[in-house]
Amino acid sequence: MSEKVLMKGNEAIAEAAIRAGCRHYFGYPITPQTELAAYMAKRMPKIGGVFLQAESEVAAINMVYGVAGTGLRVMTSSSSPGVSLKQEGISYIAGADLPALIVNVQRGGPGLGGIQPSQSDYFQATKGGGHGDYHLIVLAPSSVQEMADMTVLAFDLADKYRMPAMLLADGTMGQMMEPVVLPEPSTSTVEKPWAITGTKMQREHNCINSLYLQSGDLERTNFERFEKYKVIEENEALYEEFMMDDAEYCVVAFGIAARVSKNAVVAAREKGLKVGMIRPITLWPFPKKPLAAAADKVKGFVSVELSMGQMIEDVKLATECKKPVVLCNRAGGMIPSPEEVLASIEKMAGGNN
Amino acid sequence: MAKVTFATDLCKGCGLCVSACPKNLIVIAKEKINKKGHSPAEITDQEKCIACAFCATMCPDCVIRVEK
Amino acid sequence: MVVFEKPKSLTDAPLHYCPGCTHGIIHTLVAQAIDELGIEGTTIGVAPVGCSVLAYNYFKFDMAEAAHGRAPAVATGIKRALPENIVFTYQGDGDLASIGMAETVHAATRNENITVIFVNNAIYGMTGGQMAPTSLPGQVTQTSPYGRDTSTAGFPIRVSEMLATLDGPEYITRVAVNNVKNVRNAKKAIKKAFENQINGKGFSLVEVISSCPTNWGMTPQKALEWIDENMIPYYPLGVYKDRSAEKGEEA
Repeated sequence: MSEKVLMKGNEAIAEAAIRAGCRHYFGYPITPQTELAAYMAKRMPKIGGVFLQAESEVAAINMVYGVAGTGLRVMTSSSSPGVSLKQEGISYIAGADLPALIVNVQRGGPGLGGIQPSQSDYFQATKGGGHGDYHLIVLAPSSVQEMADMTVLAFDLADKYRMPAMLLADGTMGQMMEPVVLPEPSTSTVEKPWAITGTKMQREHNCINSLYLQSGDLERTNFERFEKYKVIEENEALYEEFMMDDAEYCVVAFGIAARVSKNAVVAAREKGLKVGMIRPITLWPFPKKPLAAAADKVKGFVSVELSMGQMIEDVKLATECKKPVVLCNRAGGMIPSPEEVLASIEKMAGGNN
Repeated sequence: MAKVTFATDLCKGCGLCVSACPKNLIVIAKEKINKKGHSPAEITDQEKCIACAFCATMCPDCVIRVEK
Repeated sequence: MVVFEKPKSLTDAPLHYCPGCTHGIIHTLVAQAIDELGIEGTTIGVAPVGCSVLAYNYFKFDMAEAAHGRAPAVATGIKRALPENIVFTYQGDGDLASIGMAETVHAATRNENITVIFVNNAIYGMTGGQMAPTSLPGQVTQTSPYGRDTSTAGFPIRVSEMLATLDGPEYITRVAVNNVKNVRNAKKAIKKAFENQINGKGFSLVEVISSCPTNWGMTPQKALEWIDENMIPYYPLGVYKDRSAEKGEEA
């Protein structure tokens, strides 16, 4: 077991990626994910890896596409405006069924927005983001420890299902320092017979490609890909339940919002309100089952988000609008306080009791 | 002895080989139609071919094989 | 004795290009170079978006299909992952010199050890003949129906000259495929561009002046003559940068 070290979230992702066997990193400078690139720039040359500062986010994601095609573990990281630029490449990576990791340390938007933390790329991350029908596996860590652990998990899931995965963090998570037990070096070995490594004149040529000019072929690959997505939705949804056993109200929050909300739940319990929390850890696949089960038990939901209300739509879908869902949100780089979340809970409880 | 063979069904009848031949031995066989619907190129007088492969060099579709 | 036959590293798939399109000649030259260097088993090609988007169907070695203009970035990724393999891109003028100019310039300035085959026919072919970054002043296209007006559409970009100003790249040359002599020179240049990579010398780009009879609206033969009369005067053939030769090293 590795020892505990104090690290920034961004650095924990970088070190965990290296331990997961990632030796290729491509990025372009943007706040607030800078430490991740800086860590890679320092470490990669020492371990025979590649750190390359690309000419743009567009170039960086296409370099990722190239390495992913060879079957090696590869990643890029950026923050919201940069991730928008990467969407072209992400769509191609999804369309060519390639495993890769994209890290989004979110900041406020739209446009140039600000550099303070946000969760307003939820739609972009969970609904595809670029053009065409596709999903990414989206993991939302809520501690520096999870930043490290989920980096490894993201690589494993990406390889297992041959698709891109995204770590959706935010500026707070990236900058926050916490003790972390770094993961053991990965021993994952996934056969990748589809990779472009040179035929060595021993097999038919492989092609990394997302072009299907025959519409029937394109439809078939889309249907096949969505069959795979069904398996993932069935098997890979992750979530944390907190004080849900006897809960009458359920807070739903991920990432930094979940940390704040946990304090609010505890405060609400101290006031005698039976409140619990469901924290989606995978945002896609969204943990529909626990939310659907909660909908039969609780009187209402509070969706706590650092956005104008994006996840709330998935909460309503998962609960089939059986119970009211209210939004408790701050935006533009602001973070709701536990008091604000508590006030939302109390308002809902008051309205229902 | 020079020998030029045309993979006739791959020919698109573009005529670049016709202009390339220094001996003017290649024509587009206007009366013929290949699988692709093109009138293919063919050599008129194999005997006079000097196997320079100019025709094959200019053929975009690798239709022509030249031996000597 | 065989004087000329289809190169072994080309597949049997019939090319989809229009009659007389010189893409076929350039495909053949690439395949010949790869055959002669014995590198089919280690070569990985990157196809562009444009008429040659389906190039992956025609080569027997491994291929990746890149997004429009991104081939040099994709090739960078592949080469960094597999430095022992031979990696090349095959790109048209819209792909390389318009939407992908940043990727081109930066791959060149990093001296990525890749080979770039840049097919310049001064027009967007696949989308039906629009003005390209390399369309000539006055050239009539679908989107310059009154001829390229340099006062509003700017001037054509001479990619080879521009890249040759960089310290990074190893070898930048411009060739043409409009007659037998030029095709043979083009073959030498393409082979050298691959040899440079094998020898670890770095970024080598061969700009190939090519034709588009369909969208230029002329017969294939007339299109080749148009290259001599109009393209080559604007885009002079020749070696624009050859670092090893400048240093007096053996090529």
